[in-house]
Amino acid sequence: MNNLLVLPMLLPIVVGVLLIFLRTYGRVQAWISIASMLVTSGISVYLLHKVQTDGIFRLDFGGWEPPFGILFVADSFSVLLVLTSSIVTAICLSYALISTSKELQTMYFYPSVLFLIAGVNGSFLTGDLFNLFVCFEVMLLSSYVLLTLGNSKRQLREAIKYVSINIVSSWFFLVALAFLYGAVGTLNMAHVAERVAEVGQTPLLTTISIVFLIVFSLKAGLLLYFWLPGSYSSPPIVTSALFGALLTKVGIYALFRTFSLIFYHQPETTHLLIGIMAALTLIGGSLGAIAFNDIRTIAAYNVVIAVGFILVGLAISTPASIEGSIYYLIHDMVAKALLFLLVGTMITLSGTSKMAGMSGLMKNYPLLGWSFFVTMLSLAGIPPLSGFIGKVLISGAAIDSGSYVLLALALLSSIFVLYSLLRVFKNCFWGETIVSKEEQPPLRKGVLWPCLALVLLTIGIGLGTEGMAPYVTDAAETLLNPGIYIDAVLGLIQ
Amino acid sequence: MESLIIILVGVLTTVAIYLVLSKNIVRVILGTAILSHAVHLLILSMGGLKLGAVPLLGEEAETYVDALPQALILTAIVISFAVTAFILVLAYRAHQELGTDNLSAMRGSDDE
Repeated sequence: MNNLLVLPMLLPIVVGVLLIFLRTYGRVQAWISIASMLVTSGISVYLLHKVQTDGIFRLDFGGWEPPFGILFVADSFSVLLVLTSSIVTAICLSYALISTSKELQTMYFYPSVLFLIAGVNGSFLTGDLFNLFVCFEVMLLSSYVLLTLGNSKRQLREAIKYVSINIVSSWFFLVALAFLYGAVGTLNMAHVAERVAEVGQTPLLTTISIVFLIVFSLKAGLLLYFWLPGSYSSPPIVTSALFGALLTKVGIYALFRTFSLIFYHQPETTHLLIGIMAALTLIGGSLGAIAFNDIRTIAAYNVVIAVGFILVGLAISTPASIEGSIYYLIHDMVAKALLFLLVGTMITLSGTSKMAGMSGLMKNYPLLGWSFFVTMLSLAGIPPLSGFIGKVLISGAAIDSGSYVLLALALLSSIFVLYSLLRVFKNCFWGETIVSKEEQPPLRKGVLWPCLALVLLTIGIGLGTEGMAPYVTDAAETLLNPGIYIDAVLGLIQ
Repeated sequence: MESLIIILVGVLTTVAIYLVLSKNIVRVILGTAILSHAVHLLILSMGGLKLGAVPLLGEEAETYVDALPQALILTAIVISFAVTAFILVLAYRAHQELGTDNLSAMRGSDDE
């Protein structure tokens, strides 16, 4: 039955190929892709349940047992992320169905999104480092296409930067893989972890781990985020929402996986470095979030702050902090998609992305205004919304381990998040209503439904933390005890 | 043999980095293409180079090379081929729209 494990990657690919033949039918494509994402969510719920009852399980492709073949491994951490990304994508796709132009919809938008999701889900599930590289590339190629769809001058310009930086980072990834293969002679994650534990993490291996750190930081936007605000604020808003919700999270996942499973023996070097990078990311992101007047750029810098915050949890690496990071990772996928969709709706309504051009939207669109308000509170970490539990756990762990600098920066960054969004809220929703309701372009019917679904999701995660707790605790336990993962993958052979 | 190849990798990387750092977009793309060749050679030499040996043909073979790096390179070549094709088209479109192939001139302002 564990053949099901391949479906979160296979289903989007098959459906995506199918949709290419339905190019001219925009709405049909949208419905089929939403349905396939819902099926994927259903499968991941089942997988999550199975991991909880039977423990970690794997799928060896072609019957080649590890460490010889490529395999997919399901543990609570990866399946939780697959589940969240599938749900968020389904909601973003329904926003695309309602809001985007027909032109975009018929230009392979939906197939590209599905290929993107295939890459994302594959990266979460794979148990092989080279396969991780391949899944990254699947995801990146689709993201290049999505970034350039629409063909505006700004998009082309940003796409050139984005593509070149990613080619260079993929190159670093290959270099790191080559050296790792030369050093330990295997690329199966569990097998690498076992061998690194056997020989001890020599300085050579630590150096290789730092090359991996550079690669994944580039993808996650950890310190090396200079490409991020430009490329996340140029494409159509649905694309930005998907990028903000998913792409950086894959980098974060890879960082958690490699630095908790494989390279955890020298925390005084690697984890200290991650801590310093997270601190600088928090500072840079916070400054960026309050420095700009363009609301899309503000939203993009909020993505950067969240990356820094989640990585604080990895830098501390105690059970509580890892749990906090996982909660916050899941929260952030939902909340960032929501933030971008709301910002996009605001831009459509007022025809500008500058704060100066918007005022008093609250009078005509109260529902939009209050959704934004809830998002803001959720991102700032106000209970009972979803951001709260992650912030509490990470802060608590920071106090326990005495990392007061990280604690101070993490909490200060929350205030900066609140301030940057409050500024948007005050300027755009309050104040004098510049245009009357008749003059304002009408909100397309149903455009707020996807946003409301995400609002409910962020409230639901906040209130239902208790229900998620067993899964998240299990995920954190697996991350902190690499032996469980290694046993599950290599156990049958030795 | 390995040392020789590693020196070659170094030379290729140097050339590639020189090209990537230039301002002309076509030279940047050529640079990334050479960059990928450099890393493919690196992966190959990491598997150990043996003169005259082939990947494993049967269980009785006396000498054989590690087949895994070859499989990895094959995959990496296909990917870098696709990405290079994409960025070439992207550069062509950007040249049509923006009327320049100079990266400094492409910066533009945020107001467009």
